[in-house]
Amino acid sequence: MITAVLALSILGIVFGLLLGFAAIRFKVEGNPLVDQIDSLLPQTQCGQCTYPGCRPYAQAIANGDADINQCPPGGEATIQALADLLDRDPKPLNPENGIIKPKTLAVIDEPTCIGCTLCIQACPVDAILGAAKQMHTVIAEECTGCELCVAPCPVDCIKMVPVEQDLSTWTWPYPVYELTEKPA
Amino acid sequence: MAQVWRFHGGVHPEQHKTISTREPVANADLPQRLTLPLNQHIGQFAEPVVKPGDRVLKGQMIARATGYVSAPVHAPTSGTIVEVDSKPIPHPSGLSAPSIVVESDGEDRWIERTPVADFTSLDPSALRNIVREAGIVGLGGAGFPTYIKLNPGKQPVRTLVLNGVECEPFITCDDMLMRERADEIVSGMRIVRHALNAGECIIAIEDNKPQAYESMVYATRNEKNVHVRQVPTIYPEGSEKQLVQVLTGKEVPSNGLAIHIGVVCQNVATVAAIHRIIHHGEPLISRLITVTGNGVKQPRNLDVLFGTPMGELIEQCGGDVDMIDRLIMGGPMMGFALHDVRLPVIKTTNCIIAAAREDLPQSRPVMPCIRCGACTDVCPVNLLPQQLYWYAKHKEFDKVQEYNLFDCIECGCCSYVCPSNIPLVQYYRFAKGEIWTTEREKEKADIARQRFEFRNQRLETEKADREARRNKKKAALQNDDPARSDDAAKQEIEAARQRVHSRKNEANTQRDTENTTE
Repeated sequence: MITAVLALSILGIVFGLLLGFAAIRFKVEGNPLVDQIDSLLPQTQCGQCTYPGCRPYAQAIANGDADINQCPPGGEATIQALADLLDRDPKPLNPENGIIKPKTLAVIDEPTCIGCTLCIQACPVDAILGAAKQMHTVIAEECTGCELCVAPCPVDCIKMVPVEQDLSTWTWPYPVYELTEKPA
Repeated sequence: MAQVWRFHGGVHPEQHKTISTREPVANADLPQRLTLPLNQHIGQFAEPVVKPGDRVLKGQMIARATGYVSAPVHAPTSGTIVEVDSKPIPHPSGLSAPSIVVESDGEDRWIERTPVADFTSLDPSALRNIVREAGIVGLGGAGFPTYIKLNPGKQPVRTLVLNGVECEPFITCDDMLMRERADEIVSGMRIVRHALNAGECIIAIEDNKPQAYESMVYATRNEKNVHVRQVPTIYPEGSEKQLVQVLTGKEVPSNGLAIHIGVVCQNVATVAAIHRIIHHGEPLISRLITVTGNGVKQPRNLDVLFGTPMGELIEQCGGDVDMIDRLIMGGPMMGFALHDVRLPVIKTTNCIIAAAREDLPQSRPVMPCIRCGACTDVCPVNLLPQQLYWYAKHKEFDKVQEYNLFDCIECGCCSYVCPSNIPLVQYYRFAKGEIWTTEREKEKADIARQRFEFRNQRLETEKADREARRNKKKAALQNDDPARSDDAAKQEIEAARQRVHSRKNEANTQRDTENTTE
């Protein structure tokens, strides 16, 4: 009887120590869930979710402060992916956060630009090039289409243009045909 | 006869080949205007080196290759550049691409050609360079820049395979090339063998082309270690991986290339093009094209300059462009429909089918999948087309990749045998495209995330710096020498004012001198 209690107690202490050591030795820094959520977000950094960027939104989802349907640029695909990750039911996009629209690109009308740098300060990904009293321009490759530069412009010289499909982005469409039960 | 192996599945579609082999190859008429897209190959667009108004000679480079996977474009005839602009190209998307339009002057005058006197004295890298500058790409249909395939790296090349299989129905351009220009192919083969240092060479021809076989056997009668081999007719035997399996019995690994098992495959027309640049100094500006289908009265093969409008070829073969039911570039299995007869011929155009109503099965009604498994029986890559179909249809892209979607060669055997007429290949193409798009967006998102985080970091450092400066100033003010009198401060202010004043004066005088000099 005593031996059994003793043996189990010793085992318990040994495993407890092992677990305690592992918890310290292999401690995970930060919240890995935030990284996982962040990797599913489109990184537009537009703030339509009411958080200042994708990572803060990911943080809020992980903390349970925000819902998974607040990201218009990500659209349904992102909501679905988040629902899969967090094991929740997908729900339609919250219309308060915006609507799903085709991807756009900011274009500065260069002759109108007065070089005020306000858009440069607004751009979350440093995709606008320019200096005070010098013409600005958008680095198209880096632009995420977040529209944050449009409002600050005092001369309204920034337009959002839809991204046109070209050969490098074209892919085969989903096959569409009529399904018939019996051959005509 | 040496042993040939076989690959899984395959189909035997109706051949329709003999209709276009009755006539010998003829030159196509010189067109008035030639439209040359800058992406007639796989890879990056070529970059124009001419502008509208420039006079060019036949064979002159008009666009140069950019990057590694790219090929230059040459003027197919002499004339004037009239446009460098976006033009519709023969592509399933129906989109336009940057193109150069040449107006022919009718003289067809060559630029000075410099053939290589003795290619055996050149090292392989010099040969590759010549092939690259000649704009030669795989003429079997894919259009992959050939010079890259001539560079096996450290992999030893045991076997060079010349692909004269031509398994798709209707297409006969390689057949006619082997019948009429076998010497050019053999000469090109010698060059490629030298470039690759390949021991053995196999020329593979399907057994439905006995004349081409005879012709190649005769042309190679004095060659050492060259085997012309007849392979049983079955589609898609002309696909590189399937052909390698038939000839060697070895399967090219998933995600691998033929070179990984010591084989390099070249189309017969491609090696003939290599012969033309080395021995005649002529870059790739034309090719043989099969113009066939019941929409033309005289189906045949033509030697066509790139950029020629397809409609002109159809008319030359006695067809009426208004009476064509469907225009198809490539074969009926892997080709795609075009909607404009004015589209130009490009490097990868091996066949134009001007189809009358009776040529091709009209789209039959699509019915639900009955899980019969016929698609699995014919898949030459041993995939499970039915499973791929379900997952692609329901956009489960992780699952389609688990079922090796990217090993699919889009040969169309599964769609061909499907009793429910389901356009299976379209689903696979759709799924591949979606996966590529997602990957591309993911890459862009990663870059955006990095830039966003970098910017936040920068803003924070700037803020911290400002804070630190302010604190320093505050500290300095507090530690200010109490003994310092008001006079000293006043003196400092006065000195500063003087500095500003003198700087202003300086600027004024400078502006004055500038004004006077103007």
